[in-house]
Amino acid sequence: MNIFGILRIAIKSLGRNKTRTFLTMLGIMIGVAAVIAMLAIGQGAKKIVDDQINSMGTNVIIISSNFSSQRSTVQSAAGSGNLLEVEDTEAIRDRIDGVLYASTVFTTFGQLKFEGNNWRTGVMGVDADYFNIRDMQAEQGHLFYPSDVENSTKVCVIGKTVADNLFGEADPLEKIIRIRNVPFKVVGVLKAKGQNSMGQDQDDTVIAPYSTVYARLLGQRWRNMMIMVSAESKERIHIVQQDILDLLQSRHRGTTSEEFYVRTQTDLAEAASSVSDTMTILLASIAGISLLVGGIGIMNIMLVSVTERIKEIGIRMAVGANKKDVLLQFIIEAVTISIFGGLIGIGLGFLASGIVGKYMNWAVEVTPWSVMLSVGFSCAIGIFFGWYPASKAANLNLIDALRYE
Amino acid sequence: MPELLIKTQHLTKTYQMGEVKVHALRGVDLEIHKGEFIAIMGASGSGKTTFMNLLGCLDHPSGGTYWLDGTDVHAISDTELTRIRNQKIGYVFQSFYLLPRTTAMENVELPLLYRNKLNHHQRHELAISAMRKVSIEDRMHHFPNQLSGGQQQRVAIARAIVNEPVFLLADEPTGNLDTRTSLEVMAVFQQLHKEGKTIVLVTHEQDIASYAQRNITFRDGKIVADTTNPNPKDALSDLARLPKLDEEE
Repeated sequence: MNIFGILRIAIKSLGRNKTRTFLTMLGIMIGVAAVIAMLAIGQGAKKIVDDQINSMGTNVIIISSNFSSQRSTVQSAAGSGNLLEVEDTEAIRDRIDGVLYASTVFTTFGQLKFEGNNWRTGVMGVDADYFNIRDMQAEQGHLFYPSDVENSTKVCVIGKTVADNLFGEADPLEKIIRIRNVPFKVVGVLKAKGQNSMGQDQDDTVIAPYSTVYARLLGQRWRNMMIMVSAESKERIHIVQQDILDLLQSRHRGTTSEEFYVRTQTDLAEAASSVSDTMTILLASIAGISLLVGGIGIMNIMLVSVTERIKEIGIRMAVGANKKDVLLQFIIEAVTISIFGGLIGIGLGFLASGIVGKYMNWAVEVTPWSVMLSVGFSCAIGIFFGWYPASKAANLNLIDALRYE
Repeated sequence: MPELLIKTQHLTKTYQMGEVKVHALRGVDLEIHKGEFIAIMGASGSGKTTFMNLLGCLDHPSGGTYWLDGTDVHAISDTELTRIRNQKIGYVFQSFYLLPRTTAMENVELPLLYRNKLNHHQRHELAISAMRKVSIEDRMHHFPNQLSGGQQQRVAIARAIVNEPVFLLADEPTGNLDTRTSLEVMAVFQQLHKEGKTIVLVTHEQDIASYAQRNITFRDGKIVADTTNPNPKDALSDLARLPKLDEEE
């Protein structure tokens, strides 16, 4: 008999036991839905990390140094130990080919005050180049200039959130705010970037010239210094990365390459994605177990079904079904259950991913390969768990089956 | 003399029941020619059912040879045996053995499904013509539980003849039916016989056997009598003589 004929028989006999068929399918549905939702959530997490790394700018290289270095204890102030110097930034900018922009970055926290309003937020001290690296623009007023950095002018640009909290409806431009009691003039408000995909507010920030931040807020101590560099092109980024490392080592005699962290955006992305991949695999394996349990459910029901239909099998064999026909009939029944269950499960998986995405504010993403994986997997489960009951049916003795009561 | 259809030589069947060997058949020699209508009789335990299973290729003999329509059935593979069951033999069973929750039409089509190279329409036409022969075509869309015993047996007979087998094998076909319906079924068999079908019918009722041309009696695994019935009864005229039912259908 051809495969379509057997398929028709299988679907018909499944239709005779609708409730049972549905309940058996339910196991597969839940399993497939779980796998798809988990993969979607994992994919979403990966996307969040990627977005965050991409939001840093294009072709960015981040340079920091090993804080626990013991080499700088003699000349440096206690508790510092940071090898990087502002001069390193100048050197990178001037001497390395392929560097588009370079900026010193200090980060600290501070209490902001304007008239009666208080707001605590992160304060960054940077070069004017920083705005180019991060692709930031002013919505009101202007960004500060290189001359402000040279003269350690007490100016700052503020993010939208800071502006709203300190000034409300009022115009913040040219107003004096106090950061840790040091007066700064607001020269611009940054164009709003909104929340990033992790839900962090990117507009909750104050940016000032690094020289001013260094002198006025950090008390002239090198702390948390980073250098951010923007390379000319993606192709050259690794050459630039190596050149920076070489330059830093030659500028700081006696240091090893381990003492500097020169990381490209890609390095960060790879490190982050290996973490989120591990998480995805973990989640999907747990979901896979429920799929396995669903498969065992199929086997259970198929065994019951074979026992119930011994006489039917005998009749079919008597009128001309051979072992292969009977084997195929029961395997196809199992596969039909698992494939239909799988298809409905895909729908449920989409739904579950959507709900998770909506309520957790999480960018979930159902990928085509996770759908293909689920379909393939549920088909394989049907064949695997359908095989044993089907071969049991096919190997029944004709006379015994026919006379079975 | 018409062509030889079935020939068995010293056919034996032994079952192992735990420690004990049961000799169900102790050497059966039989020849059946095309167009015969044979009733096999015997008390229960006489070996007639075992013999029917072997004749129907439902079981393997323990010894001896069996020729069916020129093929040595004893020596062939399971796959070939399946093909023979499908195309050369039509079965009618005591309890009908129709698939439940499956329409009469689909039940009749069943043997055709396992015969390749037939499309949907061909199957449909063959099934309808088989049902027409036993006058059950008006019930083709009914399920077995919506049919009376006699109607179910007619569906079973239609299923048996749909593949144009070389002979029909009926195992106590009237065992579950009342007198009137039994006569109706016997009339169907006699009609099929008239059209040239070879029929082997197993029964323990002398009355039913008297509708056949030849009676073979089994006892203790052997044939003890093989007689020709020169004047078989006519089921249709017997049916006409039965008192009329008060409520007709």
